[in-house]
Amino acid sequence: MKRAPTHSYPGINLGRRHASADKAAEVVTFGFWVFLMSDLVYFGLMFAIYITMIDAQAGGPGPHELFDLKSVFAQTLILLTSSLTVGLAMLALKYNLPRSRIVLWFGVTLLLGLSFLALEIRDFMAMAEKGGIPQRSGFLSAFFGLVPLHGLHVAAGCLWLIVLGIQLRVMGMTDLVISRVVRLALFWHFLDLIWIGIITIVYFGGLTYG
Amino acid sequence: MDNRTEMHRRERRRYVIGYGGSLLLTLLMFGVAYQYGIETVGVYLTIGLLGLAQLIVQLVYFLHIDRRRSSREDLDLILFSTLVLLIIILGTIWILGNLSIRMHMDMM
Repeated sequence: MKRAPTHSYPGINLGRRHASADKAAEVVTFGFWVFLMSDLVYFGLMFAIYITMIDAQAGGPGPHELFDLKSVFAQTLILLTSSLTVGLAMLALKYNLPRSRIVLWFGVTLLLGLSFLALEIRDFMAMAEKGGIPQRSGFLSAFFGLVPLHGLHVAAGCLWLIVLGIQLRVMGMTDLVISRVVRLALFWHFLDLIWIGIITIVYFGGLTYG
Repeated sequence: MDNRTEMHRRERRRYVIGYGGSLLLTLLMFGVAYQYGIETVGVYLTIGLLGLAQLIVQLVYFLHIDRRRSSREDLDLILFSTLVLLIIILGTIWILGNLSIRMHMDMM
């Protein structure tokens, strides 16, 4: 006998209620997980470059002048909360709660994602005003190679949320749409993992060693 | 039906525990930085360990990666990617650090 709640792929599994979607999701989700891991290697390279560039400030503005920890703290809380709401949306989908509940949690996730981006862009503009532009020093090039790359991923996630919202409306809860939702949730959790690396290495590491 | 709501509650609790744990670790991280200042290596090590702990909490509670048999393949993939990552990162830091010492570019 197999144990009842099995996990056949990373992230939340849809279970027997969505058996056919679950089956369809298994292979593509593993493939998506492989993509996420190669994306992780890319991020890892950018982290490595940043670490070697921390001291290469060329007399330009450094971490102490440029980083705004209060804003970083707010961004961390926003992204963490959006990781929870995307999970709650997945649970609403899995347990066939009313469609309005699913839309509500995805809507909250989208709003949180957009406010994260707004704060981040505001920070970049404040940095630019203090002379912190990418071409100023190796340190700033590495910073702007890494942190906006994560922001770009979040922006892609927001776009993906909007597209999936439209697909849910037009196509309904088909297996295809559901398996896409599963992958979006994985992507979103992954972005929060990267963000933890960014606050630890880019912000706190920069302030310690920069 | 009752069984289902029970399952739902249990899974939701998992997410809330993961969220609470991550929140606590985040607050500790910024609290330590605020309280002790971000200057010494000791403070930074503490922050780094808190960050690592939060990564693990999120992997377990949000992404459901654990040592259960069924998710073993994913765990293998993650461990292999981590190995590649460590080689890339440590290798880069080692080689470029060494280069900068030899070139007397007082960095690192």
